[in-house]
Amino acid sequence: MLYFSKLRILFVTLFSLLFILIASSNLFKFDDSFFNKKINLGLDLQGGSYLLLEIDNEPVIEQKLQNLTTTIRNYFKEKNIKVNNIKIDNQNIFFNVADLDKQAVLDVFQDENSDLNPYYPRFKSHQLDIEDNGINLKVSFSRQGIINLKTSSQDQAIEIVRRRVDEVGTNEPNILKRGNDRILVELPGLDDPQRIKSLLGKTANLTFRFVTNDESDRFGVEKLKFEDGLEEVIVSKRIIISGENLLDAQPKMDTQNNQTIVSFTLDRVGAKRFGKATSTGIGKQLAIVLDGKIISAPVVRDTIASGSGQISGGFTFQTATDLALLLRSGALPAPLEIIEERTVGPDLGQDSINAGMIALAIGFLLVIIFMFAKYKIFGLITNVTLIINLFLLLGILTLFEATLTLPGIAGIILTVGMAVDANVLIFERIKEELKGESNNILAFDGGYTKSRTAIIDANITTLLAAIILFFMGSGPVKGFAVTLGVGIFTTLFSVYFIARLFTSLYVIRNKNKEKLI
Amino acid sequence: MIAFNKYYNQFNILSIFLITASLLLLIFKGLNYGIDFKGGTLIELRSSDSKISVSSLRDKFNQMDLGDVSVKKFGNDTDFLIKFENKDNKKNIIEEIKENLDSSFGSNYDFRRVENVGPKVSAELLKAGVIAISLSLAVMLIYIWIRFEWQFSLGAILALFHDVIVTLGIFSLFSLEINLSIIAAVLTIVGYSMNDTVVIFDRVRENLRKYSDIKIFELTNISINETLSRTIITSATTLLALLAIFFFGGEILKGFSLAMILGVVFGTYSSIYIANTVLVRLRVSQKTVLREDDNKTV
Repeated sequence: MLYFSKLRILFVTLFSLLFILIASSNLFKFDDSFFNKKINLGLDLQGGSYLLLEIDNEPVIEQKLQNLTTTIRNYFKEKNIKVNNIKIDNQNIFFNVADLDKQAVLDVFQDENSDLNPYYPRFKSHQLDIEDNGINLKVSFSRQGIINLKTSSQDQAIEIVRRRVDEVGTNEPNILKRGNDRILVELPGLDDPQRIKSLLGKTANLTFRFVTNDESDRFGVEKLKFEDGLEEVIVSKRIIISGENLLDAQPKMDTQNNQTIVSFTLDRVGAKRFGKATSTGIGKQLAIVLDGKIISAPVVRDTIASGSGQISGGFTFQTATDLALLLRSGALPAPLEIIEERTVGPDLGQDSINAGMIALAIGFLLVIIFMFAKYKIFGLITNVTLIINLFLLLGILTLFEATLTLPGIAGIILTVGMAVDANVLIFERIKEELKGESNNILAFDGGYTKSRTAIIDANITTLLAAIILFFMGSGPVKGFAVTLGVGIFTTLFSVYFIARLFTSLYVIRNKNKEKLI
Repeated sequence: MIAFNKYYNQFNILSIFLITASLLLLIFKGLNYGIDFKGGTLIELRSSDSKISVSSLRDKFNQMDLGDVSVKKFGNDTDFLIKFENKDNKKNIIEEIKENLDSSFGSNYDFRRVENVGPKVSAELLKAGVIAISLSLAVMLIYIWIRFEWQFSLGAILALFHDVIVTLGIFSLFSLEINLSIIAAVLTIVGYSMNDTVVIFDRVRENLRKYSDIKIFELTNISINETLSRTIITSATTLLALLAIFFFGGEILKGFSLAMILGVVFGTYSSIYIANTVLVRLRVSQKTVLREDDNKTV
């Protein structure tokens, strides 16, 4: 155990130096991109905002089912099957057909090549399930159907969220999917997420619809409130243009009456429709509806054929800017709810870094003094090894550009405290061996060999705990698991290669000395 | 040589008492869950105005109808930690609070940290925490079962349960907050306690093979003594590191380091006085390990 070949010594030295170099790139700047890596600081250390958003898919499902009733009716009409009493209840569609037609309808839904009910061969499932409960037929989304729907609304939502966050211009936001109905937004350096939160809280579903008094409007009508919540008017469900038709939206100052407005430009289809509607609807009120509330309902005075217009509604410059931003970035497929928020101010982050570093320095110092007092020359070996171990740990974290959190720093300090364990086990064993063995080299050899199972057992238990923590923990706690886990490997390496190298050099030189340890 | 085995009975009674008391506390008093597991909102506020005090902040927040509000100092005189349930789960609650505070304190304060955990997320985090701890105990059980004979596994696992339950019992007794970092601490305790037990057990097994004529009662004592300096030194260095975190690592890590300190102390104690006494009570002898060796060679 004490013999080291020259090649091995060279390898251990180079390896250690490499990691010291990598670790030091956190302090100095290297030109080489391989060395110019840095440990990322977690949001709890650099300050910033963590938002977990959940997509509320209920409205999407409702809407899809609503559309589906029309599709089902039309589809079977073409096949001369009359669909009766179709209604939606509790996310199910119920309808009746004549008994004679029942099998035909079931067949359509259960056919793998059905053009009404898409089949996902990968999951061996249709989009919709159909069930004959005796009284009527019940159609609902299958499990896979719901999953597909959620995934697609998540795909759309994350795109819109990204656009909105980018428009606000924070540095290096991190936007990730979580499960199939959540989106994680990390905003480093942002200490007041209020604006982003209010921007993400809006679906931004914009429609232009005529105000009507005719309750028997062919498209149906609904009562909508104005944004201020006071007035209520009846608005047709017929959509003239919607947010999708917008090419651009910008906040502007209206020079005539000194009001802030949002001016918009329509795409070709939108411009055509807008022109047609404004030419036939002169004198009518056109309601501009955002997320179910009327922003304003100006009276159409003239045909607008230019494909551009403006929205006024008592905006401040800030609200106009935000509305324009929302319109530019598009509507979310479904409302988002912020279900978890954690924001840390940058000064608290800095305080945490300082506190962590002080604790690390003091913890390190205490351990070093203790070890030196206890083991003298071998304490010194342990201490040098401990310092190299720390560099190895930081080097690996740097190499993988891992995220360091406050609990992560705690993990490093704890590693310092526990790293000496392996050396202590070895040294204590050597002491025991020396009681019955006069040959120093043999005693040291025995000490290393006989302590090995205990060391491996002891480290595996800690590693298992760290692995579980890594997979089950969230955010900052994960950072703890990472440093604790990596710390175990660097500790074992430094004990068996670096400390053993120093020990062997010392022991071989002093092989005839008595009371070596 | 210290006669640890002289006190096996006394300390076993003490441990039974500690576990029973902890379980009773956990059942009847329960744990003081932080917002991570209970849901709600936390604000860390730093003031630069002497008008801002625990009582004036409490008055302000109570007026706002936020459900249960707790306000306390956090580390020093200018920092406060405010927690409330946010029972209606209002969306713009932070903005509202800021407006409200502005009206009485101007801008002489600063929100250093804001955390808001919805009821759904907190329920999930709690579940994940419970699973993590149970899983770690199960994994340790399997590991020790593979490495040692069942008598040893039982001893190690009992010691582990003891450490986790007593640490949580102390948290319950003093109403200390349980949050995500405490779960991390408990898992690390599990690892540490196991580590400590395994080192002594390794020696017990080695000695069992070596001496056929020494009774387990004596043998455990010999093994504890042989590994004692290692036990003390490792506990000491770990505690030194943890004390550094506790005193200098800032308020956020206080609970975490306290849980770890308790865990290390109990972990060291239980390796000696629970794990080993189980071996004694199960009358482990040389046969126990030799039979196992036979099985392994077959």
